[in-house]
Amino acid sequence: MTVPRHRTRRDVVRGAAAVAAAALACPSVAQAAPRVAVIGGGFGGAACARALRRLDPRLQVMLIEPNTTFTACPLSNEVIAGLRELRAQQFTYDKVAADGIVVVAQAAKSIDAQARAIGFADGEKLSYDRLVLAPGIELRFDAVPGYDEAASVQMPHAWKAGEQTVLLRRQLEAMDNGGLVVIAVPAAPLRCPPAPYERASLIAHYLKTRKPRSKVLVLDAKDNYSQQKLFEKAWEELYPGMIERIGLSQGGRVTSVDAATNAIVTDFGNYTAAVANVIPPQKAGHIAEISGTADHTGWCPIDPVTFASKLVPNIHVIGDACIAGGIPKSASAASAQGKACAAAIINALAGKPPETPRLDGACYNTVAPGYAFSLKGIYQPKADQYAESEVTTSPVAASRDVRQREAEQALDWFKTITVDAFG
Amino acid sequence: MPSALINVPAKARRGDVIEIKTLMSHIMETGYRHTASGAVVPRDIITNFTCRYNGTEIFRADFYPAISANPFITFFTTATESGKFEFEWTGDKGFSETASAAITVE
Repeated sequence: MTVPRHRTRRDVVRGAAAVAAAALACPSVAQAAPRVAVIGGGFGGAACARALRRLDPRLQVMLIEPNTTFTACPLSNEVIAGLRELRAQQFTYDKVAADGIVVVAQAAKSIDAQARAIGFADGEKLSYDRLVLAPGIELRFDAVPGYDEAASVQMPHAWKAGEQTVLLRRQLEAMDNGGLVVIAVPAAPLRCPPAPYERASLIAHYLKTRKPRSKVLVLDAKDNYSQQKLFEKAWEELYPGMIERIGLSQGGRVTSVDAATNAIVTDFGNYTAAVANVIPPQKAGHIAEISGTADHTGWCPIDPVTFASKLVPNIHVIGDACIAGGIPKSASAASAQGKACAAAIINALAGKPPETPRLDGACYNTVAPGYAFSLKGIYQPKADQYAESEVTTSPVAASRDVRQREAEQALDWFKTITVDAFG
Repeated sequence: MPSALINVPAKARRGDVIEIKTLMSHIMETGYRHTASGAVVPRDIITNFTCRYNGTEIFRADFYPAISANPFITFFTTATESGKFEFEWTGDKGFSETASAAITVE
């Protein structure tokens, strides 16, 4: 087994110096190849970095990501329900590096947009011509009274795949038959809007097969949600009487929690959970805030054609962090945005006008083994914002064969999107 | 299908400032929208909300078309004596709903 070696910033700086020296030694080379840095190695960032190299192999592309292993959120609800192992969700950056992308395994600490430089904890800097931010989300630990990072150990959010996913699974495994599982869902916008309901479904599947006297209660700060009719039909069919949902206008918004007693409080009720899964409100990842690309909403306004930040020059923002109108925050959207952003940067560096992107998105929901449905959309810029130009949702009335096929397609989709990003 | 949600503390000490929360399910149709054929969708809103504490009115609100669906009203009062809070919503098309909640003041 070979141990993957991640290049350090020192290597990068040295490499850049070598490039500069070569340029000096050879006066016919007018300038070094443009440098594009991508911060964030999720589906958006990794797909963008690879697309940049594919479209123009001369580019110097750097992917800045402190984690050496990426843990994917799509299908992680199956890990919670014991249907899949976490390692099936994990990917390294070896193949990204093999593409000639410099993978910097460090967290960016600051961005100087004037000097076009990224700062690191030890004071080193990396310069760029263009910067792409793909920071994903940050959980707002100030939004629900009682729910801070410490509380998330007792009441896992499991909204960033990894340890939290496993924590929620272990709590379900340790729970007695007859326990109440409460899932608290925030108002929009949130990462992967239908995922709380997929989670409720798969937890119900686990309970039905292992702890059949238990129930799932969804406390929701929304009245309506994506693919609602499909979920409701599936719950009736597969888990009758097991899942209760209280929407916003029935008083479902969670106003505070108490991790010491596993209590969840809404405007009109108090609940004590055996297992509490609290999904707090979210905002763009930390680097968005410190780079100045996030506005008062906590998310990043962009030009939909180029993904260029509306607030900071030479920075593009893709994925969950950006405000992309009608496009749901999802792995699929981030990947499509990453590729479209790469194309826009290549055009901009070549002095060409941008092309209007047409983004494909797909979102599969698996509610039981061999039972899935989906929403597929095409999104295009319209009046300074992304709008759906075509959306197809699985039919509410469909045979189990159709649901089975969609469950298989969900796995194919996962394979494709992860190969796209991580090789 | 109107339904009221009420949150009044079951117990309070005399003199405590308590929070009261109410939510009434209602479409709050503004009267400014048109159907595809151009006809005005008639206004259908709650126009008035009152709260009485042992018979005395302590809170009143007039609603207008700008109020969102399912109006959520929350306000504070001082717990003075044990008894009952009575809530009433009235509006267009003869809309009238009531709800009540008891409080013990020690």
